[in-house]
Amino acid sequence: MISSLPRPAWLRAATALYVAAFLLFLFLPLVTVAAFAFNDSPYPAPPWRGFTLDWFFGNSSSGRVGLFHDAELLGSIGTSVLVALWVTALSVLIGTANAFLMERWEFPGKQALSVLMLVPLVIPGVILGISILAFCSLIAELGDALFGWDLDFLRPGLPLVVLGQFSYVATITTLMIGARLKRFDRTLEEAALNLGASHAAVLRTITFPYLRPALFGSAAISFLMSFENFNTTLMLVGADAPLTITMYGRMREGATPVLNAVSLFLMLASAALALTLLRADKRPA
Amino acid sequence: MPDLPRPTLHRRLILLWLLAPALLWLSLLIILPHIELAMLALRRRVAPHVYEPSLLQFRTFFAEPLYWQVFLRTAVMSALATALTLLVAFPAAWVITKVARGRAGALLFVVCLIPFWVSETVRTLGWLILLRESGVLPALLVKLGITDMPVELLYHDATILVGLVYTSLLFMVVPLVNSLESLDNALIEAAYNLGAGGPAILRHIVIPHAAPGITAGCIIVFMLTLGNYLTPTLLGGKNSQWFTELIYTQFIARFNWEQGAAFGFLLLGLSTAMVAAGLRASGQRFVDVMRRA
Repeated sequence: MISSLPRPAWLRAATALYVAAFLLFLFLPLVTVAAFAFNDSPYPAPPWRGFTLDWFFGNSSSGRVGLFHDAELLGSIGTSVLVALWVTALSVLIGTANAFLMERWEFPGKQALSVLMLVPLVIPGVILGISILAFCSLIAELGDALFGWDLDFLRPGLPLVVLGQFSYVATITTLMIGARLKRFDRTLEEAALNLGASHAAVLRTITFPYLRPALFGSAAISFLMSFENFNTTLMLVGADAPLTITMYGRMREGATPVLNAVSLFLMLASAALALTLLRADKRPA
Repeated sequence: MPDLPRPTLHRRLILLWLLAPALLWLSLLIILPHIELAMLALRRRVAPHVYEPSLLQFRTFFAEPLYWQVFLRTAVMSALATALTLLVAFPAAWVITKVARGRAGALLFVVCLIPFWVSETVRTLGWLILLRESGVLPALLVKLGITDMPVELLYHDATILVGLVYTSLLFMVVPLVNSLESLDNALIEAAYNLGAGGPAILRHIVIPHAAPGITAGCIIVFMLTLGNYLTPTLLGGKNSQWFTELIYTQFIARFNWEQGAAFGFLLLGLSTAMVAAGLRASGQRFVDVMRRA
């Protein structure tokens, strides 16, 4: 029942209980992960053996390799950041071009193209991964057979991971930037043009400043999507594994609390990103 | 700029420059790869580098019970997970939009979104630590005297469902909140004053109004669940495979790309069929929801 209608006491109690259980369900896994990053035990499991920072700062001399001495984990964080930066740059760039194309231009086949742009979101990530893997291998083989080219970047590895993630993140940036461009008041541009501004000047001083929140917002979302991607990456990864792949491998083997430490680090990074976005949203455009 | 007279050649060049990235992206990364995948799925290797068109892979799928059973199991479990997600998310969306007063609702909504900023890997790690035999919940059960020995809570189908519902909640709560927000409270009050009880109001007013949101949420959750890999492989046991695992095994471990491609198309077919059915039911809202998700 809604708040303006009388609610019997049992219903109020049940609602409160439900909300409490729901929040517990949402936060229990995260709180557990964070808590066991500080447990003084070689396994992320109870009982609680006291507080330690070993899983952050421990080096091999203490028998425990903490996050900041774990070369493999640090390396894969670096790999993830590198991949995410490429995916973000490509997606925002092409998303912006697509937004202008779809909002400002008329051309034959526009309707079909706008539907096609949504398609990457409804293809399961695993299938995006295998189709790009198969196609790139085909091109690499053809290049080798016909021209003797050595197209190594088309073999599983970071370039393919970037392409795979970009293939669907671009849809998201296109939608986000397009939504803001749609609300733009075109008369502002016309006024500037009438007053003698060049097209380039109008873009630089009026249109892009207006788009800036969407550009930053879509960049943050792209970065996050890329950083957290697993399904597509799994199919395309080569020797250098991004963080999600490394963590998955270790979780299958049964890992030390260093994974909790890296998870806590990810939570803090996500929170920082979310807060930055919220504050950027509140600033007037 | 369309509303200003410019030389047509110039305009055409700009249009071409804007079209090129979109066409390259969609043709090189979406259309052509799927054509290649279809070619792989529909051919058979008769000798090294010699292939002929064949439905062999699809015949293998139906002939080998393991394959179609895993496929069916994945579909049924995904449907179950979708229904459960709806059941868990609906009351939450209701509290957010209709029960909580003032800013409490907005706050609760934001709080609901927080866990989904963290990667699925981290959330699954949480469930592993909570549920495994040496984990937190089995230890708690022993302490409370409910079980004598720690019980293994991982590797059951129910565990997979818990993990899937958890991962999917956001994608259900958001469309539900959006559709319930537009429901006028006066309608509910009127029905109440005319003597309708809770179940009648739910059936005749709330559900018809929220139907587009419910459909949209269900499509997205079903699609994401079907294509999930991490949650079923980590929370499920060796005997409870997910269809995406079969695709991975064929493609990466066995290097049987033809079979893997055929599996891929079966998964894509089921996913697309559901999305198409839901799109027809919920229309434009689908796009809005994809935007938020």
